[in-house]
Amino acid sequence: MAESDGDYAQLAADILSRAKAGGATEADVVVADGQTLSVQVRVGAVDRLTKAREKRLGLRVFIGKRSATSSTSDFSKESLQRLVSETCTLAKTVVEDPTSGLPGADQMATDRPDLDLYDGTVLSTENQIEWAKRGEAAAFAADERVTNSEGAEFESSSGRVVLANSHGFLGSYDGSSFSLSVSPIASDARTGSMQRGVWYEVQRKFARLTPAESIGREAARRAVRRLGARRVATKRVPVVFDQETAGSLLANLCSAVSGYGLYKRASFLLDQLGRTIASELITVYDDGRMVGGLGSRPFDGEGVATRKNMIVERGVLTSYLLDTYSGKKMGLPSTGNASRSVGESPSVGPTNFYLVPDTKTPEQIIGSVKEGLYLTELIGFGINMVTGDYSRGASGFWIENGELAFPVEEITIAGNLKQMLKDIEMVGNDLVFRGRVASPTIKIAEMMVAGN
Amino acid sequence: MTEPVQLATFGVTEADARHVLDRLSTRDVDYADLYFESRVAESVSMEEGIVKRAAKSILQGVGVRATAGEKTGFAYSDDLTKKDLELAADTARYIADSPKGTRMVPIPIHRRPAHDLYPVDRTKAEVATSERVALLNEIDAEARRYDPRIKNVMASFNTEYKVVVVATSDGVLVADVQPLSRLQISCIAEEDGNRQIGSFGGGGRVGFEFYRDQNRHLEYAREAAREAIVNLSAVEAPAGVMPVVLAGGWPGILLHEAIGHGLEADFNRKKTSAFSNLIGKQVASEVCTIVDDGTLPFRRGSLNMDDEGTPTGRTILIEKGILRGYLTDKLNARLMGIALTGNGRRESYQSVVLPRMTNTFMLAGESDPQDIIRSVKRGLYAVSFGGGQVDITNGKFVFSASEAYLIEDGKVTRPVKGATLIGNGPEILKKVSMVGHDLKLDNGIGTCGKDGQSVPVGVGLPTIKIDEITVGGTQR
Repeated sequence: MAESDGDYAQLAADILSRAKAGGATEADVVVADGQTLSVQVRVGAVDRLTKAREKRLGLRVFIGKRSATSSTSDFSKESLQRLVSETCTLAKTVVEDPTSGLPGADQMATDRPDLDLYDGTVLSTENQIEWAKRGEAAAFAADERVTNSEGAEFESSSGRVVLANSHGFLGSYDGSSFSLSVSPIASDARTGSMQRGVWYEVQRKFARLTPAESIGREAARRAVRRLGARRVATKRVPVVFDQETAGSLLANLCSAVSGYGLYKRASFLLDQLGRTIASELITVYDDGRMVGGLGSRPFDGEGVATRKNMIVERGVLTSYLLDTYSGKKMGLPSTGNASRSVGESPSVGPTNFYLVPDTKTPEQIIGSVKEGLYLTELIGFGINMVTGDYSRGASGFWIENGELAFPVEEITIAGNLKQMLKDIEMVGNDLVFRGRVASPTIKIAEMMVAGN
Repeated sequence: MTEPVQLATFGVTEADARHVLDRLSTRDVDYADLYFESRVAESVSMEEGIVKRAAKSILQGVGVRATAGEKTGFAYSDDLTKKDLELAADTARYIADSPKGTRMVPIPIHRRPAHDLYPVDRTKAEVATSERVALLNEIDAEARRYDPRIKNVMASFNTEYKVVVVATSDGVLVADVQPLSRLQISCIAEEDGNRQIGSFGGGGRVGFEFYRDQNRHLEYAREAAREAIVNLSAVEAPAGVMPVVLAGGWPGILLHEAIGHGLEADFNRKKTSAFSNLIGKQVASEVCTIVDDGTLPFRRGSLNMDDEGTPTGRTILIEKGILRGYLTDKLNARLMGIALTGNGRRESYQSVVLPRMTNTFMLAGESDPQDIIRSVKRGLYAVSFGGGQVDITNGKFVFSASEAYLIEDGKVTRPVKGATLIGNGPEILKKVSMVGHDLKLDNGIGTCGKDGQSVPVGVGLPTIKIDEITVGGTQR
């Protein structure tokens, strides 16, 4: 890292005192820096090498109940001084918002748990190239129908976040990530049609990464199994969402319980706290302090301590995801979910948001379906968060008598999220975290599949 | 013009830039460039009748890139000292073999961009924040006046000024100032527990006066409110294959997803696109001619030059149904031995250049839009869309309607809920049987994502009829 903690702490303190002199009644400063090395190989050769170092400073000032934010990548003294004064001027031009303000001083995180988020391993460029090459080579070796590749990418990154505010809060944490993704292309020699498969893994610790070969082989399996996909007739059937697509559905739930959509009356889960919103198989947590979690952090984007929140308990909505502002709007305290991209006002985001697994294996779930869809890919943005209306491009496999019969594509699945959540009739035992939002396999009783 | 004034704003001289390019070229690189960028972005936003947020951001840095064969080495830095530039150059040239001969980087031919498509007077364009606040307040009032069922109005006004200087190893040293702004409005309508959203917006490489001209901002507000009110009475959308009539303008997102991405040169060089090897083949019906044009004045997708300093142009992608050309950047044009089209774009100095679209649209045909609707017995009339996406490799694409109606016996009847349309890129345009004479470009709201990079784009379409496409509704 470019600067020591102390340098950024001093920088933040300087900015805060300058903001105060400029008329700010409250302010907070976030400084983030990071470095990334990414290599992409394609068909055995280096395709792209990217190395970067960056830093950002974000400032939020309150002048009474008026507020403005700013950010810069230019840390020169004159530039920062100008930024502080411009931000204060900007705040004076907006309208008073009675809800605005920092969280209370008593809300600030006081503990500093070690969440095991950082691994100082520095990989050489050659080592990363080697990893990517091994992943891609394994995909080519796995099946002769893998004939081309979009490449394999290995990325390592690390960074630091420092947050300080006018309550005297000062916190910082380091994080790192190591990831490999492999995207082989399989082709059908007879028809010439092609399918891409993608598989990936992200870990905070280098040592925890699965061997490159197994990621490459899984990517190949995912490409090859799509070959020969066809359409099916339009009909209502049960739909089994695999881990990836179930995760996407859970991300929709996450958006629907986020404070900003709720107070703007733009969520289909408005006024549902304490009510049954999903099948009783559904219990969902958001855990900001999961050790080694990709979404873990000791404090949120406003310095409020993160924690483990139960969001849905056996189908009943027990908590929203809130930061200070959206919490005040809803008459509730923050849940420690302020997410802060440097330079913007906080919004709400998940930490590690997951559906608690049940006991069924994915095979048992597929085996329970006489005729239906095993969904492995979703494309497009056909979700209306205000109404819950859901209509998306899909591909996967047709299930006949409990077995995967053939691959399907160029179909859509449609329903309404309100009903879909209640229609979840099986939950798998296969929860794996590949991102901040994760779900085991699930089965929805019935959805409209549109095809021929 | 002896030296682009803008280079000085980065505290860098032409000699510095040449020194870095020379350093890159001590290895066996085919091409190298430096991309200096300074971007100031400002936004104000309103909700619940209060303009409660204002923000400003400053982004400044340099991207240093070298290519050798198919390889790209790339580094970027927020700092612009000579040492930072040298460090970035050493990273970027890693991909090339060394040493090489004494190839010298040519002395740049100083020049201005080929076009002057967005001569925005910055003094007029940059109004006080209070004027932007007033604009948003008028929008809120107009949307609520449109219909008392409008219960919330969310509006944001974003502007950015980007100064870029591109210095290349093939003799380009050129600067451009690129303004961009956008006004976006969403309205929530409520009636008897039924809540719906409607959205509208517009913009371009234009100044503030554009939005007040002919009270455009109020028209946007009424459109967003109208869509929300229409959707209050929407019925379930149909499911299955049926004829679809697309209205002109923004529904041109069809072209962007169905064929545009598939014609970007990188996918075709790697033979990972469903359009690989289809040049000269019929991929659309004869009534379809589609172009990508980065030279339309003040348009959101337009550029005086691309991000490698190449003049933008007009590229015919499909001519009367026949696939004619790909969109290229320097790397892919060189590797494929085809013409440069001025489509090398990047989100910022932090990203590598990729071949990207600018403004992509279908030329007007001869049909009367009313006749097109009348020709459909039962189908869908789609007026506005949210986003779309494509799987380049198998060609399957989707785009999602946000305002659509049933067509019954040649008449537009009931509004239906949003639905996703799905098709196959190389096939869908063969099913276009009628093209209207009413070509319309979108209002300037499009952002295209590729490889994690977002760039502003435009689309356009006359009213067209697709004989059959799968509509992802819920009703048989």
